[in-house]
Amino acid sequence: MRDIALVSFAQAPSVRREQIHNEVEILMPVVAEAVRRCGIDRRDIGFTCSGSSDYLAGLPFSFVTALDGVGAWPPIEESHVEMDGAWALYEAFVRLQHGDVDSALVFGFGKSSVGPLREVLSLQLDPYYVAPLWPDSISLAALQARALLDSGEYGEADFAAVAVRSRRDAKSNPNAQLSGDFAVAELLESDYIASPLRRHDCAPISDGACAAILASGDLARQLCERPAWIRGIDHRIDTINIGDRNLCDSASAKLASEKSGAAADKIEMAELCAPFTHQELILRRAMGLGDEVRINPSGGALAANPVMASGLIRIVELAARIQSGEIDRGLAHATQGPCLQQNLVCVLEGE
Amino acid sequence: MSEAVKKIVTPISIEYTITPGAAPTKFLRGIKEGRLLGQRCPKCSKVYLPPRGSCTVCAVPTVEEVEVSDQGTVTTFCVVNIPFYGQVQEIPYVCAAVVLDGADLPCFGVVQEIAVEEVRMGLRVQAVWVAPEERGYTLENIKYFKPSGQADAPFESYREHL
Ligand SMILES: [Zn+2]
Repeated sequence: MRDIALVSFAQAPSVRREQIHNEVEILMPVVAEAVRRCGIDRRDIGFTCSGSSDYLAGLPFSFVTALDGVGAWPPIEESHVEMDGAWALYEAFVRLQHGDVDSALVFGFGKSSVGPLREVLSLQLDPYYVAPLWPDSISLAALQARALLDSGEYGEADFAAVAVRSRRDAKSNPNAQLSGDFAVAELLESDYIASPLRRHDCAPISDGACAAILASGDLARQLCERPAWIRGIDHRIDTINIGDRNLCDSASAKLASEKSGAAADKIEMAELCAPFTHQELILRRAMGLGDEVRINPSGGALAANPVMASGLIRIVELAARIQSGEIDRGLAHATQGPCLQQNLVCVLEGE
Repeated sequence: MSEAVKKIVTPISIEYTITPGAAPTKFLRGIKEGRLLGQRCPKCSKVYLPPRGSCTVCAVPTVEEVEVSDQGTVTTFCVVNIPFYGQVQEIPYVCAAVVLDGADLPCFGVVQEIAVEEVRMGLRVQAVWVAPEERGYTLENIKYFKPSGQADAPFESYREHL
């Protein structure tokens, strides 16, 4: 395996509704910033891979227009995943293993505000037996949260405690959308939006973008003082049939974590993409992340959740902690699909 | 035994509120007033119409606004002979790529007021607008292009826009 690292990255501050700029206009300065920060010549980047969704954008082939903002002349080698940018990073990691190119640009972007997000996400469900019933994303997450409560292991106060910690940590994240000091008791006084989930249990609706530059071996060391090396990366998927899954657990997250080699050494920090408070509890248990692991110092997806970029942002937030020398080893996670159906785990290390 | 279900119909519809973006918004405001507003790339000087807010060749934002003529040159075209669902024009008709004077990117439009077999590369055309009071924030403000009566443009003048 070739050594591949994140050497540079940038993100747009997440906002509830970007009224002036379209997706490409949000993305363009983010990509430019990621390229500028490591000093690579745009034309030297060997591979470009993006993650976005036409269903989110409400436009066919919307990812093609993004290439306008990235620059596609001289012709670039390019690919796209209809997934979060974290999966674009996975594809770039695999592409760099071929050995003929040494650097890659990955990005994820999306405006969750342009359509009814809860319903847009229903379109990823089984089209024959589930999607026609229009179960929306929050209602499905509420079924999962209810199953977790019924297991007797967690209570609604545990959910709220995740929100309190996330919003508090987000105070020091300039890209976060939701932050502040709250108390569990105060949050539990609010009404349900889909029982047992209250507003604080759900990620905000966000518009945003994130970009990262990957490089191999010596090039990574040239471009960056302390690269965040990708020591393991894996993604797994659970069945689309929600009724066939134990919703209190995440078999795919557990497997992805195992295959990524996360347990080989100490994990100091984890950036988990949990768009619902109870999902963080499920993920921590599935991946065996104990109280000694610092979770989501960025505030996580509960503080800002630009769909299609949110997972890549987790990786980038972790990479930033490694580059700064704050930590030596950590784990980042991305998810897609209803009730944590698909999960990606990426282990990053400093040198 | 009840009859087997062989077919289900599951209607799907989602409504979006799209933000055109900063650059396309200026273009749409302009076209409502009967003006064609493009943007020039600060690096390669090419004028994009409609503007996308960036130059795809140079990967830099475009900001300088440039008003483009509503006269231009047919660079290439096709004769549509096939009926299709939602067709507005009567067949046969001509769909053409027109590079407007002052722009570097062709736009697409229908060419009328000329026999189909007389349309040619290099034909000089002029936009025919809908009445000012009927104009909206849409490209449909230009009904079609008609011959302007000028002499054909030489091939060299539009070869790089093909
Ligand atoms: Zn240019």
